[in-house]
Amino acid sequence: MPRISALDMPDVPMGQLPEHLELQRTRVLCGADAPTHTEGIQYSGAYASMEVDIGLRIENFCRDFRIDVIRLTEDEMEFDMVGIDVALANAFRRIIISELPTMAIEKVLMVSNTSVIQDEVLAHRLGLIPIEVDPRLFEYISENDSPNEKNTIVFKLHVSCKRNGPRFTVKSDQLKWLPKGSELEMETGVKSSIKKKYTSFSCGQDTLPELSSKPIRVKHDDIIIAKLGPGQEIELEAHAVKGVGKTHAKWSPVATAWYRMLPEVVLLEEVEDEMAVELVNKCPVKVFDIEDVGKGQKKVVVSRPRACTLCRECIRGEGWENRVALRRVKNHFIFTIESVGQLPPETLFTEAIKILEDKCDRVISELS
Amino acid sequence: MPSEGPYVYAAPIYVDVEYSIGSQSHKSIEKKERVLIGRMPIMLRSRLCTLNGKDEAELAKLGECPLDPGGYFVVKGAEKVILIQEQLSKNRIIIDSDSKGRIMASVTSSTAETKTKTVIFMEKEKIYLQLNQLKKKVPIVVIMKAMGMESDQEIVQMIGRDPRYSSLFIPSLQECAMMKIFTQRQALEYLGEMVSMGKTSSDPSVKVEKACELLLNVFLANVPVKQGNFRPKCIYVAVMLRRMVDAVLNADTFDDKDYVGNKRLELSGQLISLLFEDLFKNMNNDILLAFDKSFDKRSRSNPPNFIKYIFPDTITKGLEKPISTGNWDLKRFKMHRKGVSQVLSRLSFIAALGYMTKVSPQFEKTRKVSGPRALQPSQWGMLCPCDTPEGEGCGLTKNLALMTHVTTDDEEGPLIYLCYTLGVEDLELLSAEELHSPNSYLVIFNGLILGKHRRPQYFSNAVRRLRRSGKIGEFVSVFVNEKQRCVYLASDGGRVCRPLVIADKGVSRIKDHHMKELQDGVRSFNDFLREGLLEYLDVNEENNALIALYEGEATEKTTHIEIEPFTILGVCAGLIPFPHHNQSPRNTYQCAMGKQAMGNIAYNQLCRMDTLLNLLVYPQRPLLTTKTIELIGFDKLGAGQNATVAVMSYSGYDIEDAIVMNKSSLDRGFGRCIVMKKYSVKQETYQNNTSDRIVRPQMEIVKGELRLDPKMQILDADGIASPGEIIRPHNIYVNRQSPKCTRGESSKLLDSDYRPSPATFHGIEGETTVIDRVALCTDIDNKLCIKFLVRHTRRPEVGDKFSSRHGQKGVCGTIVQQEDFPFSERGICPDLIMNPHGYPSRMTIGKMIELLGGKAGVSCGRFHYGSAFGEPSGHADRVEAISDTLVKHGFSYSGKDFIYSGITGCPLQAYIFMGPIYYQKLKHMVIDKMHARARGPKVMLTRQPTEGRSRDGGLRLGEMERDCLIAYGASMLLFERLMVSSDPYEAKVCKKCGLLGYYNHKLKTPYCTMCKNRDNISSMKLPYACKLLFQEMQSMNIVPRLQLTED
Repeated sequence: MPRISALDMPDVPMGQLPEHLELQRTRVLCGADAPTHTEGIQYSGAYASMEVDIGLRIENFCRDFRIDVIRLTEDEMEFDMVGIDVALANAFRRIIISELPTMAIEKVLMVSNTSVIQDEVLAHRLGLIPIEVDPRLFEYISENDSPNEKNTIVFKLHVSCKRNGPRFTVKSDQLKWLPKGSELEMETGVKSSIKKKYTSFSCGQDTLPELSSKPIRVKHDDIIIAKLGPGQEIELEAHAVKGVGKTHAKWSPVATAWYRMLPEVVLLEEVEDEMAVELVNKCPVKVFDIEDVGKGQKKVVVSRPRACTLCRECIRGEGWENRVALRRVKNHFIFTIESVGQLPPETLFTEAIKILEDKCDRVISELS
Repeated sequence: MPSEGPYVYAAPIYVDVEYSIGSQSHKSIEKKERVLIGRMPIMLRSRLCTLNGKDEAELAKLGECPLDPGGYFVVKGAEKVILIQEQLSKNRIIIDSDSKGRIMASVTSSTAETKTKTVIFMEKEKIYLQLNQLKKKVPIVVIMKAMGMESDQEIVQMIGRDPRYSSLFIPSLQECAMMKIFTQRQALEYLGEMVSMGKTSSDPSVKVEKACELLLNVFLANVPVKQGNFRPKCIYVAVMLRRMVDAVLNADTFDDKDYVGNKRLELSGQLISLLFEDLFKNMNNDILLAFDKSFDKRSRSNPPNFIKYIFPDTITKGLEKPISTGNWDLKRFKMHRKGVSQVLSRLSFIAALGYMTKVSPQFEKTRKVSGPRALQPSQWGMLCPCDTPEGEGCGLTKNLALMTHVTTDDEEGPLIYLCYTLGVEDLELLSAEELHSPNSYLVIFNGLILGKHRRPQYFSNAVRRLRRSGKIGEFVSVFVNEKQRCVYLASDGGRVCRPLVIADKGVSRIKDHHMKELQDGVRSFNDFLREGLLEYLDVNEENNALIALYEGEATEKTTHIEIEPFTILGVCAGLIPFPHHNQSPRNTYQCAMGKQAMGNIAYNQLCRMDTLLNLLVYPQRPLLTTKTIELIGFDKLGAGQNATVAVMSYSGYDIEDAIVMNKSSLDRGFGRCIVMKKYSVKQETYQNNTSDRIVRPQMEIVKGELRLDPKMQILDADGIASPGEIIRPHNIYVNRQSPKCTRGESSKLLDSDYRPSPATFHGIEGETTVIDRVALCTDIDNKLCIKFLVRHTRRPEVGDKFSSRHGQKGVCGTIVQQEDFPFSERGICPDLIMNPHGYPSRMTIGKMIELLGGKAGVSCGRFHYGSAFGEPSGHADRVEAISDTLVKHGFSYSGKDFIYSGITGCPLQAYIFMGPIYYQKLKHMVIDKMHARARGPKVMLTRQPTEGRSRDGGLRLGEMERDCLIAYGASMLLFERLMVSSDPYEAKVCKKCGLLGYYNHKLKTPYCTMCKNRDNISSMKLPYACKLLFQEMQSMNIVPRLQLTED
């Protein structure tokens, strides 16, 4: 943005910000050396002296806010979230990563493990396997709770490799769900006739209506758990419980969730002919296109600004920063959720909204 | 692979014995084949080792790791490395000046029989000889005369007729004349006077004999004297003198002791052969003695069996002991060396490999000299310029470079014969005048003057041609020294040499089709050597070569081309990507740190029983590799992980090189490691034939219920903890019982005669450790030994040490949740954050390029290379190419990304340099180091708190801290620290005599033993150590008296 003396500035209509301030308020300017104006203006009265109120109005918000789903697959979703503050967008991202509950294996009871992989490592690997089950059907287990059908899912893994046979790769499909709970008897040290199991299920989980139609299983069948040599054996029981990603990343329902601000590529001046070809070739993601303006004359147009990865190739080199401006729109978020598989990504987002809602309610009730 | 215990990896030595029996008239020769005389420890993977030449599958069957370098010995269950010893070369003339500035020429002669040192030096313009066996210095002309050079003219002719030489030599001649020594006889008598060895006798003939013996066996012992012909020795002295005089005239001609060409590396083979020779001779003597002794007693008709006097134990034990202790003591060669062998450190694969290339220094490490520590230009390609320790051994302890070969002795006879056939004029036939005739060069073979040659270039080329065609050994070196007008030939062992590509007039002999055949596996390196495409050059011969770094740089005069420049580095420095972009000390630091990195040790690491084993759970191969990494197999046994690093400041917990880590990365297994520690329990046997016993855990009755002691819960029915059990501190892992009575008669022991002596586990409180393996074995004295490997899996925590491959170590400063971590436009969240202040002062540009290369590597799916100096030859990717790859995949060419803050959600106000860097977890972890105590054990003697973490010791408030408190005036704190919290004691002091009394419990009063009364005792508080000091002083007749005053 070229510096202009204040006296030469054009008059600004009342109730509107001057052009450069508006730009600073709504865009991140991505220069060649560093991004500037990255932070949003928080205070509603920041421009009060210019009689501009940038405070949030609910009707304005309702009018402007919009969500467009760009792409939705089984475990991935990309959507545009427009007209919202960065803090809220970030809150959703943080909640999705760390506060949405899922079920993951927390306790592993080793009966026998003669493989080369150590017990702890095996347990750690099992913990990271995503389990395809709706966590909303279960409750959290606290320290003095006994495991029951409402808070624990039990899996069994019993594999062995034949002697004289080839090596055997244990994959996640070998994990078998035990809807009736643990099959192992507790060793108490006291010799008594009453055999206690590690879980106390009052009924089989498969009788629950939600689970009877869709049995619990691991999301991906081909996750390698261990490799067994001839004669080696693994027998264990794994107990999955409900938890959140804050405690351990295995409970995080997403591989990752993030957003980026909508790229805006602006040509500050017409780029023509050889320069046009140069600019088009410069961009590795084909943001620019060439338009024929007739008479063999070429002109650059910005055709795919969304594809910009901000590699800054187009503004690299002498003078290019004066021709092309890279910007980000501060209130337009391209949000991506990569679900691990327990819940579909769209549900994850709605769940995140619910959690934020809860939090707000809690704040309101605490304050009032 | 050793499993401890008494195991020695050795092979029997068989000899064929032949001896004659009977008197002269009816002699019969007895023969006996394959008689065992001892067992020789075998170096692993050597030619005699069973593992030699086995392929990967065969090794796997034997439970061995194919990547193990071998080169060590297994003695008494421990892996021992005999370090390479660096020495000054033997039998060579070294011109040097001593501390007084005298010019001297010295020769350390070493023959099969003796080792002597001859020093000729110049003092006040006169030249003298100095020997250990001489009482004082002897004029060198006297020695010459004693050797039969009676004519002064001949002496001068031998040195050289040049007036500059002779004028410098005149004072020495004059001195001899002044001493009135003109004939050989006179000289010998004078010399005999000076000899300090043997008996002193006034008889002149005895003196002469002694002088002759000295000249024969001690003086320049390496020059052979055939049939009393001293002429070769005279010529040798003349050459020494000439070189000395040269040095006087021209200071450039001094020899450099630090020059690698003047050094020899002694390998384990040479060291063991010395040992064996000594032991074999001792054994022969012993046999003879024992045989003579018993032969007298027996009747002549029954000739004794000679064989039964051979005891193989002498040699077996004699070889084992030095290797296991590292003490090489050979009286004959006056050799008393300590620390020759060391236990192979299996901390990491690289540490073990590094041990094999380590060269231990000739000087003691404490010497404060800079010369030997400096990097020598002649080290190029032979010794690694980076890999040396910090501190006292800096520059002295060196490491071999990647392609270095250390020669072994080659047979001399045929080579000497060859020299004569190639036109060397025999020394015997030369007159003194001819010796230095201007158109000829002396030919010196292994330090021995053979003669002279008129066409040195022709001669050296002929030898080289023979070597290249494989007619003589490939390690024979020829070196024409223009300055000294000599041709040096060497075939002795211990020279360092390296292979180079031969170029004819600047054109490489290796052509493209050769390389193709090499790649197809049709040819090997040895074929290249045999066909004369490559040859080995030692440091001296390199001086005759003009070596081009790359083929393209070769000119008409180029004789050789380097194979690859990265081979000037050793194995440890070879791991560093782009080391040539780093500041050099950083590479040195990494060489030391690479040995501490956790990772994989060997393919058979889980079958080993090491005392301490550090393993990484998920080791990776580096994204940015080097050729060295591939050659040594580090890509198969990695010791680190590729972490995505963001170079930015974050949270303030990253100052002073600390690292901020992503908690989710840790949850997913980053930096997770396994520490295995060995615990062993012995079943002791006692004098009276009783022994410990291990019994099944007893049940006890608690509240009417039969119950197992919770401490014994992990025990099996045999009383030994079983593998897979979780073991916690205070758990019993062997339920051992010892007999109450271990002396005197032993009878049948009842259960009641045993007292429990269980092995209790003392681990880290609050940590879960697991018994990994249990092994039962017999140890050296045939006792049952139970070994436990206890495994502890650790995830990184605040305070654990990490390092990149560029000498940039740092501890984990804080662990941050993933949602608080910054993320990029593509959703990438770094694994760790490094503070940018680590760069400017360290100048590790290599790390930046590693990051760029790694980032490009993950983008395009190809491992990038960063071999040292590899850009021109394609073994390292260029930054420009890397940048292009990055741009192609939508990254900035600079590797800097647009990053959003995870906390506010806003973009950061700077582009962040982010990408993968290979990070090593080092063995230093807080859990092993953290320590604090409020109260705890005290030392018995002084009653002060114990010292050190292992003894739960206190933290010392030392004298400097004390000084601070005094200066600050915190007297009460000082009093509390030094008195109350340390060793307070109430002493009874007699006011009258000032000595310590005591409290008499019988009389119930304090009492002074000096005054023999109880009247003037008062009690005072003082540190117990102070009281102890007074008493100790009293015990040595010093009386400290306390003068007490009331206040």
